[in-house]
Amino acid sequence: MASGIRDKVVIIGMGCSQFGERWDCGPDDLMIEAFTEALGDAGLERDDLEAGWLGVFYDEQSVSKSALALSMALRLPQIPVTRVENLCATGTEALRGAAYAVASGACDIALAMGVEKLKDTGFGGLPERTKGSFEDLWQPGFTPPGAFAQLAAAYAAKHRLPMADLKRAMAHVSVKSHANAVHSPKAHLRRPVTEAQVLEAPMIAWPLGVLDCCGVSDGAACAIVTTPERARALGRRDAVAIKALQLVASNGYELSHQGWDGAHTPTTRAAAQRAYAEAGITDPRRELSSIEVHDCFSITELVLMEDLGLSDEGRAAFDILDGRFDLDGATPCQTDGGLKCFGHPVGASGLRMAYEIYNQLLGRAGGRQVAGASLGLTHNLGGIPNRNVASVSVLGLRSL
Amino acid sequence: MPGIAAYGVYLPRLRIPRKLIAGAMGWLSGGKKPGRGERTACNWDEDSLTMGLEAIRDALPDYASRRDVRSLVLASTTLPFADRSNATLVASALDLPDSVLAADVGGSQRAGTTALAQAFTQRAASGPDGRIVVAAADRRLARPGSEQELAYGHGAAAMVVGADDGLARCIGARHLAADFVDHHRLAGETFDYTLEERWTREAGWFTQVPPVVRELLTTSEVPSSSIRHFIVPADGAIGKRLATLCGIAEDRLTDPMTDLCGLTGCGHSMLMLAAVLEKAAPGDLILLVGFGQGVDALLLQATDRIGTVRPRRGVAASLRARHEETDYTRFLAHCGILQVETGMRAERDARTAQPALWRKHAEVTALTGGRCERCGTVQFPRSRVCVAPECRATDTQLPHLLAENTGRIKTFTEDWLAFTARPPLVYGNIAFADGGNAFIEFADFDPGEAQVDAAVRFVFRLKDIDRLRGFRRYFWKAAPLGDA
Repeated sequence: MASGIRDKVVIIGMGCSQFGERWDCGPDDLMIEAFTEALGDAGLERDDLEAGWLGVFYDEQSVSKSALALSMALRLPQIPVTRVENLCATGTEALRGAAYAVASGACDIALAMGVEKLKDTGFGGLPERTKGSFEDLWQPGFTPPGAFAQLAAAYAAKHRLPMADLKRAMAHVSVKSHANAVHSPKAHLRRPVTEAQVLEAPMIAWPLGVLDCCGVSDGAACAIVTTPERARALGRRDAVAIKALQLVASNGYELSHQGWDGAHTPTTRAAAQRAYAEAGITDPRRELSSIEVHDCFSITELVLMEDLGLSDEGRAAFDILDGRFDLDGATPCQTDGGLKCFGHPVGASGLRMAYEIYNQLLGRAGGRQVAGASLGLTHNLGGIPNRNVASVSVLGLRSL
Repeated sequence: MPGIAAYGVYLPRLRIPRKLIAGAMGWLSGGKKPGRGERTACNWDEDSLTMGLEAIRDALPDYASRRDVRSLVLASTTLPFADRSNATLVASALDLPDSVLAADVGGSQRAGTTALAQAFTQRAASGPDGRIVVAAADRRLARPGSEQELAYGHGAAAMVVGADDGLARCIGARHLAADFVDHHRLAGETFDYTLEERWTREAGWFTQVPPVVRELLTTSEVPSSSIRHFIVPADGAIGKRLATLCGIAEDRLTDPMTDLCGLTGCGHSMLMLAAVLEKAAPGDLILLVGFGQGVDALLLQATDRIGTVRPRRGVAASLRARHEETDYTRFLAHCGILQVETGMRAERDARTAQPALWRKHAEVTALTGGRCERCGTVQFPRSRVCVAPECRATDTQLPHLLAENTGRIKTFTEDWLAFTARPPLVYGNIAFADGGNAFIEFADFDPGEAQVDAAVRFVFRLKDIDRLRGFRRYFWKAAPLGDA
């Protein structure tokens, strides 16, 4: 059995750009904004970096295919830089690459950067893209909200929940995230909304209204990681350590096999189980201080509460309405507003989530601070329910 | 003697009430009465190719019934491809034997009856094996405010011709070739150019048809009074006068269904023939007329076996399966006549990788899944490695045709953001009755009509239009099972 990544890598600096409709910024501006903050946070010089990972999804839209965008924008010092892409788990994939490099001893200090410039399309929502030469021939011309709306239809049918009741729980997911984002200065959408506003919002893809959908934003986020030993040498006594980094990619089961009920994400369940084992978590409901999950749509967050083991089967809607995942609940979720309100520049999102957990653990979360935060989780679901990449990471405080 | 072994029809479910057209376009005609009833219209993803295919499926609903098809003729004046065999695509989608002789015919409103007559001749001249399928379909477009817009409908019919008498045997046929141009449409043009109706009736129908009918009846030694069903694919007034001229009683005329579906083009004679076959008694004599740059007249007689083979749905049920179109402008948009805003999402490149389509044509065109020989799991699409978690064996899947399977809706959405010519785009996950799951688009579901667990069948429809390269691609969609 592999020993895993637990406590082998610490984050010593993080940065995050302002998220939003950054009409006047390109991807290089966004990366520099996040990087400048992270470098200052880490107390390092640019030339201290030994390797870099760049996560970007829509290469057609942002920075083209290679890693050169990162090394050129930041004028990195002739080091290996790798571009990674794994759908909406891209940011976490970049962190995984940097963390593995440090854990392997290949380098001591590595940068993980995620960026996405979405608002150059000229229309609302995510950019259109093809699905490859074969799947374009038969798969629906779906949009992300339409693909995720499938979860709602299946979940309501599976648990015999009237759609009106499910919609109310979904609305609470959005109301909660909007309330949290008010205290999140870098978030894209910082206006509170009411349950009635969510329920009455224009329909996008039944049963998802526009306020069930996350923001489409520009942004960048990054992390600088190193070994515990190097962090101590840099004078750190406490640090945010990576406790687990797990990732599971669909193998076609959800797309082709009748066994999948359409109301859960098997990849998240597998990744969560492994991440909990790697991090030594036995009771996630009690041990996790706060979580950032892939709330691309309200129904996704609802379903994920069960997939992550934070709600019993068929109970997520009730737990949500009971406030279990509110800022003052047992397991605060999306304390920074989540994808819903902080925004979802695809390649940056995994690192933005880590940025929030990092700030929570270091007590820097201001008006949204969760008291005594010691262990946090981030989760991405890249792709669509029918086939996706799920990542789960656990970050925790560690004294050096 | 060759005869009709099976028959089928297809009428799109959308119906345009004539008063809807009159309400929008009446200003142009000075309030002239629009006529009664309604006409059929294709949904945005239907065309002559998909309608012809559905008519054949109606006639030959299972794969076993298609095994001995030796020849397929698709007759139409409105086929989507001018140079790509439409009939071959239909044959491929229906999984007909790949040795089938597939041909498109067109050129005239007589194309359907001509192809049927040729099939009888060809069948009589060759050996005992194999059957010939003749499908005729048309989706004729008409200018807003025109007489044709009110008169035309969209639809298709198919006849399967076998070596023996079958349900109705062909007694004889007579033809007239006459370059009589009552209307015309140049290749590539959208609309017909139509001359005075009176001239078409008097110098065309009433002058050209009776001699051909008389000759056919004389040589067949059948008195006109014994004709039980007289099929004239034209407005009822033309039929009545023609019956008189041919010495056939008016009550022997077959309803042209102009109030129910409109005149559906070159398949209309066969559509009316299908309606006759649904109710004919043994021994009934059927006289079938086709008209367009001449005349086809075919004489058939129902056999003792009439009624023993029925279409999956047939005429009566197809007429009942109607869905009233409430928006005239949406009808125009589906016809491509009204250019509406489609949004930037419509700009997504729908380029077809032809090598990929050819490599995967069984999966895409015939909806072929795989059934794992080792564990029995049915899956779509067919893949090299079995998807069953406990199996995952390599190269164990036999082709498993799924187009004639039914399914159940597992999940769905009505997507108002995605581009489609008829918002919302409805799609979701389907569980096949045989096993397997498919994430595909739906057809003929308007908002509020889809439900989890509802039963579906699969229909071959237009999926994407590639305007940049002038290509249309087709795939199977989940449609309401209906009363089938």
